[in-house]
Amino acid sequence: MSGIAHAAASAGARAIRLGGPWLALLALVLAAALAFGVGRYPVSLLDVARVLLGRLTGHAPDVAPAVEAVVLQIRGPRIAAAILIGAALSVAGTAFQGLFRNPLVSPDILGASSGAALGAVLGIWLSLGVLAIEGLAFAGGLLAVACVYGLGAALSGRDPVLVLVLAGVVIGSLLGAGVGLIKYLADPYNQLPAMTFWLLGSLSGTHPSDLVPLAGPVVLGTGLLLLLRWRLDVLSLPDEEARSLGLATGPLRITVVAAATLVTAASVAAAGIVGWVGLVVPHLARFLVGPGFGRLIPTAALLGAGTLLTIDTLARTVAPVEVPLGILTAVVGTPVFLWLLARAERDWS
Amino acid sequence: MTLLDAADLAFGYPGREIGRDLSVHLAAGEALALLGPNGGGKTTLLKTLLGLLPALAGTIRVEGRPLADLTARERARAMAYVPQAGASAFAFTARAVVLMGRTSRTGLLSAPSRADHAAAEAALARMGIAHLAERPVTRLSGGERQLVLVARALAQDPRIVVLDEPTASLDFGNQGRVMAEILRLRADGLGLIFTTHDPNQAARYADRALLLRGGSALAAGPVAAVLDAPTLGRLYGAPVEEVRDTGTGARAFLPQGNSR
Repeated sequence: MSGIAHAAASAGARAIRLGGPWLALLALVLAAALAFGVGRYPVSLLDVARVLLGRLTGHAPDVAPAVEAVVLQIRGPRIAAAILIGAALSVAGTAFQGLFRNPLVSPDILGASSGAALGAVLGIWLSLGVLAIEGLAFAGGLLAVACVYGLGAALSGRDPVLVLVLAGVVIGSLLGAGVGLIKYLADPYNQLPAMTFWLLGSLSGTHPSDLVPLAGPVVLGTGLLLLLRWRLDVLSLPDEEARSLGLATGPLRITVVAAATLVTAASVAAAGIVGWVGLVVPHLARFLVGPGFGRLIPTAALLGAGTLLTIDTLARTVAPVEVPLGILTAVVGTPVFLWLLARAERDWS
Repeated sequence: MTLLDAADLAFGYPGREIGRDLSVHLAAGEALALLGPNGGGKTTLLKTLLGLLPALAGTIRVEGRPLADLTARERARAMAYVPQAGASAFAFTARAVVLMGRTSRTGLLSAPSRADHAAAEAALARMGIAHLAERPVTRLSGGERQLVLVARALAQDPRIVVLDEPTASLDFGNQGRVMAEILRLRADGLGLIFTTHDPNQAARYADRALLLRGGSALAAGPVAAVLDAPTLGRLYGAPVEEVRDTGTGARAFLPQGNSR
């Protein structure tokens, strides 16, 4: 084979790898501009810029009050939530895929989503308020992962990672049965639709006050994973190899699990179950910048934010009624995942 | 100079002792072969010497300091481990894999520094695989992957390199090539420990050998002294034949076979 062609191809691949994070950032900026502009009440990009600039400088913007309300009160919080959740789920998924050395792992592998789902349907069944429901979802997610981790530690044999994943599967299906039971017992006219809507995921009705309980855990967990990203390459090696390279794998593993669980539980509590993003976006990012976690994690964050924001914009514009996020992420995620599977069949590169 | 010194060592897993009453000694610039049949405890002993498994009894000293007192980071700066080249979950480039060798010399939250990159390049060049730097390790041959792992160990800048069956998955020609590259490291004062189940490997490449059977030492010492047909016969529990080239003095051992 011609070495020149090979060299040119690898030079091209390197250029893409270097530019990958910037490409992802550009996509996010475009997605945000689109999200501010389109909807039942179209707003020109110029007006969006005026409102945001006015907000930053403290001057009253020269636009209609309705425009300002749409940008700041309705679309702004929703866009911020989509960016936070998309970035959080993607970073958590990327870190988990490295930690479990398995590219088919998603952030809810240890039961964070199923625990949060049980907490939320319990809250709806007990007719609690929105904040209490989100609190229960958050607590359920953390509790489920704590159970899985405790079970994994108690049963830990030769392969702690395998035991952990299997414990996650078992606990997850038990929690799923709990969700099923509560849905069966719920009032079919009021509570059941609310549960179903919540389980499918949505960002509709995101209020500015919702951002605080979401942003706190998400910024903390995602920030931690961003800081640790250079060590994740080694953490993806077999445990003894990683330790022989000087990494204290035990504490690091617990930190990564805790951070990923925190952001997943917070995301589920705010938006319900948003599947696929944490599984597919890490692959897209790896496709852009390669498997090295140092560059992969920031790229996944930007790409995930842009992806979920775009999907949420579709969710509120493609049909007269809101389409649940979980349905759209599945519809978009499945073909993308199959395409990646076909491309990367040799080695998940 | 003594790099590694283990005395009255018992090793194994909690509740399951695999070997006991072992002494291991390694000097700078020396290659030690751990030789024995499969299941004789070679790999478990290796992991114990590396500090990956706690010793059940006895003391291990690395450059005079008790191994148990060292942190993972300090251990990695003294000893590098070259595992058998297995499948990788992710298609890291050879350069990225070698850069992982710098983990114990980089801060927990820091990106690899310019010095780390330079050390990785130097290690690649030293093993003669600089041209493979950009290739994903999943696309390399077994011999190339093994050299990448040795380069990673060099990037660690250790005093001791510990290799688990360094040639197990290699073809005949690559076995010689890889071992020749590894043995050149002795010239810089590195100490080498490798496991093998092949007495010819030990005879050809090691200075001293520790013959391990059922977890205890059958014999230990310079290879010329401890490797002979009767001892090897006892080690493997099967007759072994020695052949010698009367001209060069080179020796080889053959397993039991049909004599025609």
